[in-house]
Amino acid sequence: MIPLHWYLILAAVLFLIGVLGFFLKRNIITLLLSVEIMLNAVNLTFVAFSSQHGLISGQIFVFFVLVVAAAEAAVGLALVIAMFRNRESLNVDRSNLLKW
Amino acid sequence: MDFSNWLWLIPISPLLGAVINGILGSRLSKSVIGIIGAGTVALSFVISLGAFLQMLQEPASAMPIIRNYFVWIQAGEFHANFGFLLDHLSGLMILIVTGVGFLIHVYSTGYMHDDSGFYRFFAYLNLFMFSMLTLVLANNYLLMFVGWEGVGLCSYLLIGFWFGKKSATDAGKKAFIVNRVGDFGFILATMLIFWTFKSVDYGQVFAAAASFPLEPLGMIGTVTAICLLMFVGATGKSAQIPLYVWLPDAMEGPTPVSALIHAATMVTAGVYMIARSASLFDRAPGALLVVACVGAATAIFAASIALVQTDIKKVLAYSTVSQLGYMFLACGAGAYAAGVFHLMTHAFFKALLFLGAGSVIHGMGGIQDIQKMGGLRYKMPWTFRTFLVGTLAIAGIPGLAGFFSKDMILAAVWESPNFGHILWAVGLLTAGFTSFYMFRLLILTFFGEARYTHEDVHHVHESPASMLIPLVILAIGSIGGGYLNIPGYLGFESAEAASASVEHLLMGASIAAALTGLAVAWLFYVARPEWPARIASGADALYSILTHKFYIDEVYDAVIVLPLLVTSREFLWKVVDTLMIDGTVNGIGQLIRSSADGLRHMQSGYVRTYAAWILAGGVLVVAWFLR
Repeated sequence: MIPLHWYLILAAVLFLIGVLGFFLKRNIITLLLSVEIMLNAVNLTFVAFSSQHGLISGQIFVFFVLVVAAAEAAVGLALVIAMFRNRESLNVDRSNLLKW
Repeated sequence: MDFSNWLWLIPISPLLGAVINGILGSRLSKSVIGIIGAGTVALSFVISLGAFLQMLQEPASAMPIIRNYFVWIQAGEFHANFGFLLDHLSGLMILIVTGVGFLIHVYSTGYMHDDSGFYRFFAYLNLFMFSMLTLVLANNYLLMFVGWEGVGLCSYLLIGFWFGKKSATDAGKKAFIVNRVGDFGFILATMLIFWTFKSVDYGQVFAAAASFPLEPLGMIGTVTAICLLMFVGATGKSAQIPLYVWLPDAMEGPTPVSALIHAATMVTAGVYMIARSASLFDRAPGALLVVACVGAATAIFAASIALVQTDIKKVLAYSTVSQLGYMFLACGAGAYAAGVFHLMTHAFFKALLFLGAGSVIHGMGGIQDIQKMGGLRYKMPWTFRTFLVGTLAIAGIPGLAGFFSKDMILAAVWESPNFGHILWAVGLLTAGFTSFYMFRLLILTFFGEARYTHEDVHHVHESPASMLIPLVILAIGSIGGGYLNIPGYLGFESAEAASASVEHLLMGASIAAALTGLAVAWLFYVARPEWPARIASGADALYSILTHKFYIDEVYDAVIVLPLLVTSREFLWKVVDTLMIDGTVNGIGQLIRSSADGLRHMQSGYVRTYAAWILAGGVLVVAWFLR
């Protein structure tokens, strides 16, 4: 039996990778992938706690997160395509019109 | 057929005409518009006549005939019906309004024939008929006020009918604004009536008023206050001092409008209101005295201005103001019947004179200055004959309508207890003035040599039959109207009758005044035509005061209009509006803008920055929970 804190450490590391990827990368697809990694880090935490406490609700939460993530990916990729058509680039720093 | 069940159709019929002509008029031919316009009024006239004749058969116990159609306003204690009341007074009024109104509609089909706003004109005119009939038939003060405002609106629309002309729109505005002042008095009177009698219904108000004590002269009680406020409304609508200034300017409107609204019907609404409220005024002799004095002052004042006017319509306008003063003088003397009698005869002869003037203007191609007329007797024989009848009637020559009503007023005023003899003398002098200026007008227009050149007027012609037939009918009314026993029919409690010898003396005096006016006019403008100019230059100051209408417009401009304009511009606009209101609004905007100036730099446009803010927020929330 692997102790709970190993899972938690793994999840934290994954989440950190996601955050760093999001902040350091310029490619929008990478950014979306980073978001997915963060979501899965959270999922891992949910599942770990669910198994630890013997409660099913954590696992049900994961399903919701997966559904949302799938929807988000669909919208996100559509946005990526639209953005590429307009800018011929995937660099998010080229899309900075939404500001004061 | 029971006509009293059809009372509602009397005002509604012209309203339908107004709606049809107003909406579809631009697509209808002129003859159809004319038929709808005049036909709906003719229908009203027929029903009015039927209801009137039927009413005469009714026993006194069945009077008045009241028809309540629906509850108009119900709010707590306040209750107002939409209902009509037919009695001797309103019966006579609807006959005058629909009868004269119908003739003027017919006349207008000829007069306005070449005007591009033909259908608009008839729509307004029909709307006016609706409002006026509502005013007259209403069975409570609030509904009367609806009609009162309606006729004011139509008056405004029709004065400014030729809205391309600046003077016409200005005159319309002036009429509307001056009338607002009077209407304010009427509103206050209605409120005070409700406050005092707990009702606005005529029947209930008059019944309640009967139990109120007589308020002696010099005491201003509630009833006196109500009557005075009502009279303020009357001075506006019926052009009495101090609110008469709009009526002479109202002559900018088409001449049939001047005849219908500004001579025969609308301007008599104030007289009708006072006659209607006789039960209230009888309780307030102080208010009656005010009415009499204002009436007498207006009568002599306007007549003196009319002496020197040279515009044919302006003479008639001041004459109308003066004659309305006569009616108020009669009401103020308690002789409501004589006032309403004069209202009726005046409706005939003044409508006749205005339509005659319109016929002259039509034939002269738009010229209104009587100094440029003359000799029209042969060119326009029928206009001349009918105009002559009108002049004789208004001047008070025995045998015609004006003589009877005017004589009755003067006799009643002589008998009235307060300052009766002084008011009578003023009335008599006015009668002399009236006779003079009317014969002056007649002589300058129709007699002597033609003073117009052929460059001015190409082709002086008699008017078409559609204009002449109404003139002839009105002329018959101006002769015959005096023989109807209107005062007896109206049945107001009359003041103590003077003895026969005094009455004959008074009658002799008024005939003498009329004939003196005639003789002086003949002397000035036929026998010694050089005299008027010599007198004018001799009494220079007086003459210029009269031609400038006592400088009343200038005084009003300086005392009321100018201060209002200056305060509006310098204080209300530049201080209140620009500094305070705009300042507040702009200040709030400025405050938000400057406080946002720092914050808005958070919005860099880079995805990373937004993510960083989300992260910071998340960290803060987590920190809050972990604290």
